[in-house]
Amino acid sequence: MISEEQVRHVANLARLGLTDDEIVKMGTQLDAILDSIEKIQELDLTDVPPTANPLDLSNVLRPDEPRPELPQEDALSPAPERVDDLFAVPRID
Amino acid sequence: MPDSLLDLTAHALARKIETGEVSVREAAGIANARVGEVESEVNAFVTTTPELALERATAVDSKNGDRRLWEGVPLAVKDVLSTRGVRTTCGSKILENFEPLYDASALLNFGEDLVMVGKTNCDEFAMGSSTENSAYGPARNPWDLSRVPGGSSGGSAAAVAAGESWWALGTDTGGSVRQPAALCGIVGLKPTYGRVSRHGLIAFASSLDVVGPMTRDVRDAALLLQAIAGHDPRDSTSANVEVPDYLADLEDGVEGLRVGVVPELMGEGIEPGVREVVESAARNLESVGAEVGEASLPHSGYGLPAYYIIAPAEVSSNLARFDAVRYGLRVPADGVHDMYRKTREEGFGDEAKRRIMLGTYALSSGYYDAYYAQAQKVRTRIAEDFRAAFSRHDVLLSPTAPTVAFRIGEKVDDPLAMYANDICAVPANLAGIPAISVPGGLSEGLPVGVQLMGDHFTEPLLLRAARATEQVTDFRFQMKP
Repeated sequence: MISEEQVRHVANLARLGLTDDEIVKMGTQLDAILDSIEKIQELDLTDVPPTANPLDLSNVLRPDEPRPELPQEDALSPAPERVDDLFAVPRID
Repeated sequence: MPDSLLDLTAHALARKIETGEVSVREAAGIANARVGEVESEVNAFVTTTPELALERATAVDSKNGDRRLWEGVPLAVKDVLSTRGVRTTCGSKILENFEPLYDASALLNFGEDLVMVGKTNCDEFAMGSSTENSAYGPARNPWDLSRVPGGSSGGSAAAVAAGESWWALGTDTGGSVRQPAALCGIVGLKPTYGRVSRHGLIAFASSLDVVGPMTRDVRDAALLLQAIAGHDPRDSTSANVEVPDYLADLEDGVEGLRVGVVPELMGEGIEPGVREVVESAARNLESVGAEVGEASLPHSGYGLPAYYIIAPAEVSSNLARFDAVRYGLRVPADGVHDMYRKTREEGFGDEAKRRIMLGTYALSSGYYDAYYAQAQKVRTRIAEDFRAAFSRHDVLLSPTAPTVAFRIGEKVDDPLAMYANDICAVPANLAGIPAISVPGGLSEGLPVGVQLMGDHFTEPLLLRAARATEQVTDFRFQMKP
């Protein structure tokens, strides 16, 4: 069983606001989902390598050459708030 | 004549455009008119772009002689694919006013003037199996407007089934192209992971996501795959593998092709009417020369639980980018942490919140090994199952979805019942193999999809088998409603 406190902890890790009602409902639903997921624990997979990428790619690099990228003005254009050439945010607490 | 153009497949329309019999502008006008006629009932689109479609159609018409076969056929694009200057919401309130600065790489072979009728409705950030998790209202199944079109690419499927577009693009993370295609009576192809660039696809689960065609027949799927496949230096997970001609061997039939029916995906939880359609497709393939046998995937029962760890884990990380700083919704607050929390509370819907929570939990300290690491090992086992199966069979056969289209509202409060709809689809995503859904017939008057799966990068073979499958069934594309 996932406790209400755990739900609050995880919501905080995810920077996700939830109302008290949502916390309770989320706990119940997460319990049911986690219950169904438990099934994978019955497999002994101690020596099985994990798969992170289905094509088994690793360390894909491109040549280290400068190239034009998104102009600063374009990158800033969708920002909710800006000051000069910067993204603006409220006080960092 | 103009109205009958609506009945054509995309490649037939493309040929008429190529010979000059039909202009691209004419085609765009016809699609726009059909959207105007049925969209209030179907809600296949979040945003329609009728003027843009006409404007770009004119530009494509003027390119005479110097264009690829697919360019003139108007396209509907799932609203998780970035489109330059056209708002892209991902079915979410958090991106309600977001206009991308560039087109997704998958669209680039349509050129600067992609003739697009609109951006299709989908579950929020492609998370769902019914399109009910859209902040812009559910899309409806053109076969029965009280039912879901499936999801998450439900808008794309509904748009094609309703004739609002000749073809569409969807994305498939755990069945999101194939399941709605099955429920709406059209073809849906999930290519090999990495076959199509993900650059500009707003990420859900990065190790699973792939862009795929949703079309009226298999030939259209082959043509649309030709248009979107290829390596992209902007997506380091895209495959640097040559793109073959997907139309070349399409009509070569299935003589001697080894088809394995997957027993684990034919039993418990599969509606009898669905099973009958798949069994009948297997018999019909045998009658035209295929060697049909059984192909066991012993770990497929672990696919769904592994998927519902890996996909939420990756989405909890990917959706962290919605921080109200660089783009998207911002709910004002005194401090930056409150701003994050309030923005994400208001901007995300229930399912997005549920998956963020599930994924954050599965990745959190003390749980990582039991959930995420274990699920990644299950993924290895599932890939091994497929490898073994493909040593004896060329393609595997199963249902695409366990049921026909269900009623709107029926499963929306029961996440587990909703997730169970992905049971036949997720193994292919976990292994990264290509899979296609082809309409096989009807059950209870509603379409049933037959799924064919192939080994990595065997799309030509898979498409050939799918082409034969659609030809041996009685089902032909029907425009609804």
